[in-house]
Amino acid sequence: MDFELSTEQKLILETVRRFVREEIVPLEADLDPDASELPPHHRERLVAMTKELGFYGLDIPAEYGGPGIDLTTRTLMAFEMAQHRAGLYAPCYGVFGGAGLAQLYEADDDQKERYLYPVLRGEKRGFFALTEPSGGSDPARAIRTTAVRDGDDWILDGEKTFISGADKADFGIVFARTDPELGRKGITCFLVDTDMPGFRVRRIVHTLRSTHYAAELEFNRVRVPGRNVLGEVNQGFAIANDRLSRNRIPYAAGCVGVALKAQEMAIAYAKTRKTFGDYLSTRQAVQWMIVDNEIDLRTARALTLEAAARADAGKPFRTEAAICKLVASEGASRVVDRAMQIHGGYGMTKDLPLERWFRELRIRRVGEGPNEIQRLIVARDVIGGSFH
Amino acid sequence: MTGVRLAKHWLNLDEAAIAALPGQLGVYEIADANGGTLELGFAGGRSRFGLRSAIAEAAAKHEAAARFRYEVTMQYWSRFEELLAVYLADHGELPPGNADRGEQRVGRLGAGRIAVQGR
Repeated sequence: MDFELSTEQKLILETVRRFVREEIVPLEADLDPDASELPPHHRERLVAMTKELGFYGLDIPAEYGGPGIDLTTRTLMAFEMAQHRAGLYAPCYGVFGGAGLAQLYEADDDQKERYLYPVLRGEKRGFFALTEPSGGSDPARAIRTTAVRDGDDWILDGEKTFISGADKADFGIVFARTDPELGRKGITCFLVDTDMPGFRVRRIVHTLRSTHYAAELEFNRVRVPGRNVLGEVNQGFAIANDRLSRNRIPYAAGCVGVALKAQEMAIAYAKTRKTFGDYLSTRQAVQWMIVDNEIDLRTARALTLEAAARADAGKPFRTEAAICKLVASEGASRVVDRAMQIHGGYGMTKDLPLERWFRELRIRRVGEGPNEIQRLIVARDVIGGSFH
Repeated sequence: MTGVRLAKHWLNLDEAAIAALPGQLGVYEIADANGGTLELGFAGGRSRFGLRSAIAEAAAKHEAAARFRYEVTMQYWSRFEELLAVYLADHGELPPGNADRGEQRVGRLGAGRIAVQGR
């Protein structure tokens, strides 16, 4: 596969790279090392800049006002946008805008009016609730939240966990079991407003990632109108699954981005830090760490771009998405770990972003489907058969 | 919402108590003599001496500050957000020292957004 960049791609990437290094990184000197939000006045200023550049709302489809950038270019941009302290979970602190929740583009016209367009206008925020205490790796079987029809409405009962953004959201996309006999074909997707009686954010779940935390949710006889069913009854798992595969590519790209920056830092430090009269960069032990980093980086980068290119070409990309998520999250973890080793004691401090990336990358091996599940997906696609 | 509150003993705010504080990262609550919360805060990665300097600096901003309590945690940011959300759910507003943050930027624990704001 040829990854020679077009002139347009080179221009875009140069612009994004300069934006990250000149506008984002300097602000981080004054922010808490775990921050994932900018002060409002900086955020407004930088959003105005990305709008001026024509890069705001990168993931919004062109027919809804987005810039219409293909996934390969978007992935290349994600490599750049992650190259700062908060870059893994808050690339550029969100000043490039988001797409909202991709499932809303499949909503009916009434639902788009009530949810999608307010999200795109920045008036509403949503969350995605699939995982439950009974498990997240096999959601089709693990979902115990039930939805029972009652006249034109549905009554939801159950709980969800590890749900990001729920405590600040106006509504959520919630998956519930509507037919206990049908397995993955008995799941339905609902739009649930957070002010519906019976909905409750039970607690914040504290993890290695101090910001962009997740929450535990409770649904106690939440009455949801029938017009809030997203898609078809009992077809909700297909909606969830489509999102899971596609999300793995930008998820991998973020890992590649921070790993690129960690490698840059490791090389720069090795070329300036002396031990026993010479630079670290002259020591074979350090050279090999940098070489191993480069191998991990190039592998992850190429596989992530391959997955994006297949998706752009309209070809099946589930296997490639699983592989790039797996390789990028594991490879980036090793790269950051080696970069910390090269930096010695400073690598452990909050003065440098490495310790934050180290913590957050650990989550990446579990988030968006644990890497063992990615291996299962690849095994199924390569060998054939289904899960048992 | 038991279990998410800052369930630590109150300490009198004086020089000796501040000097005895650990230099670790964590969250804190500063109150007046009647127990009214003046500010919730955290000692983050940029604090010079962790909780010791963060609490001293925060207390200096409040003339009525009389006591405080704290919790050592590396997850200071999400714990701080949680304490703000609990306080907002309990009182319908933020402590005076956190008012400039704006309620819209604070999460809602318990019932949904409108139920909390409409208390």
